[in-house]
Amino acid sequence: MDWVNAILQGTLLGGLYALFAAGLSLIFGVMRLVNIAHGDLIVLAAYLALTVIMALGIHPLMSLLAVVPVMAVVGYVLQRSILNRTLGDDILPPLLVSFGLSVIIQNALLETYTADPQRLSAGPIEVASLNLGGLAVGYLPFLMFVTAVAIIGGLQIVFYRTGLGRAFRAVSDNQDIAQLMGINRRHVFALAMALSLAVTAVAGIFLGIRTSFDPATGPARLIFGFEAVIIGGMGSLWGTLAGGVILGVSQAIGAQVNPGWQILAGHVAFLVILAVRPRGLFPRMDG
Amino acid sequence: MGEILSLASVTKSFGAVTVADALTYSLAEGEALGVIGPNGAGKTSMFNLITGTLPLDAGRITFLGHDVTRQNAAQRCRAGMARSFQVPQSFGGLTVFENAMIAATQGANLPGQEAEALCLDVLEQTKLMSKANVLASRLALLDRKRLELTRALCARPKLLLLDEIAGGLTDEECRSLIEMIRAIHVSGMSIIWIEHVVHALTAVVGRLIVLDFGKMIAEGNPKAVMESREVKEIYLGIETDA
Repeated sequence: MDWVNAILQGTLLGGLYALFAAGLSLIFGVMRLVNIAHGDLIVLAAYLALTVIMALGIHPLMSLLAVVPVMAVVGYVLQRSILNRTLGDDILPPLLVSFGLSVIIQNALLETYTADPQRLSAGPIEVASLNLGGLAVGYLPFLMFVTAVAIIGGLQIVFYRTGLGRAFRAVSDNQDIAQLMGINRRHVFALAMALSLAVTAVAGIFLGIRTSFDPATGPARLIFGFEAVIIGGMGSLWGTLAGGVILGVSQAIGAQVNPGWQILAGHVAFLVILAVRPRGLFPRMDG
Repeated sequence: MGEILSLASVTKSFGAVTVADALTYSLAEGEALGVIGPNGAGKTSMFNLITGTLPLDAGRITFLGHDVTRQNAAQRCRAGMARSFQVPQSFGGLTVFENAMIAATQGANLPGQEAEALCLDVLEQTKLMSKANVLASRLALLDRKRLELTRALCARPKLLLLDEIAGGLTDEECRSLIEMIRAIHVSGMSIIWIEHVVHALTAVVGRLIVLDFGKMIAEGNPKAVMESREVKEIYLGIETDA
């Protein structure tokens, strides 16, 4: 039963990792941008939520209503003002600039909120659980998992059923030709970043409810996000969800064997999959 | 009948290679202009300059009375320019219909239903309707060329730029394509058409220009141009000993 429980809890944790990764996956899929600052943007969203909660005294889940739009605007402006300038044939400038952003965000958070760990307190729901014949399913992990599935399903619909998604896929296919078809790629990229950071806002708030965070937490989240994206296959959204779940389950199994092996087990699973399937489990079919 | 496009001393060079050497000509509304020239003469570069994918070194391009020299490719597309590519450049991961929809919603800026109606019309016209839901990466050459044309037409252009659309096709395929383009021209579209298949060109265009090393070396009635001495010498490589 312990093992079944470990797999179940790992799966639910995987939903959170998938949320970390979804924004990363989306940006890479649309503009081949590897956003090193992604983890720090997650933490930034958590701090924004903290500020909103302190100011208004509302529940962390309610703060989504404010933080999601704010992060979307941040994403749009960030892309239009900085990241668009770095995009070109060379993959290095966006990498370096987003690394710089990562450093800037960490230090700005340190300056503003100090290095003390913080939490977003969600009240009784944090420990409430449903008893399923000996297995305890926490409401909160379950909510996170369902949200992750819903968000990834939503992104999938945006990508394949809307005009915006068509534009995303067209610029991802061939930027220059997309320009000739009247697509303003700077605007489309900025919308993609806005969408990515809106998802990041949800991830940040869930992160804050689940664990404590401080200004230096970002890079570790980035690693989990990266691993989920790569396990799932670059540019595939459902693959990213699968990647998150595999990572979560590996960690839970590792922790079951020996509590110290949790993080290690996730990384080992990642390396094994990378060795066996270098393009990930569900690589996007390219024409 | 005004001018739709005019080039004034349009110049571009890459180091020592000049791909456009003070190109100056204009196109009347509804006119079809043919462009020929040997490989490397700067024909495709001229399209890149007109559509805005390549910046000019000097000169000016006027489209529909507006100076578009400083506008980017997306702006020029929205203003009414559309082109097809010599090597088809479809969005491989999108279906034929989605490829057309990109042009209709972005280039022609049409709302959903009107865009769909336009795309269906054009797909009918270009005989691609049966492949509407096929991924563009799965199409054979003729269909890719048709898709190039479809996508250009779905942007609802006022000026259509065709780059060797008949190249690499069999005679039969070529004939059907010529009919298609003739019909588009008769409906009032202004066209500039680059082609090596000269008989395809002369079947549609009323005027021909010849480029060599970025320079316009001849211009005029297709028949007269093809028979002029410079063209025979430079383009066809025939020695004309006086």
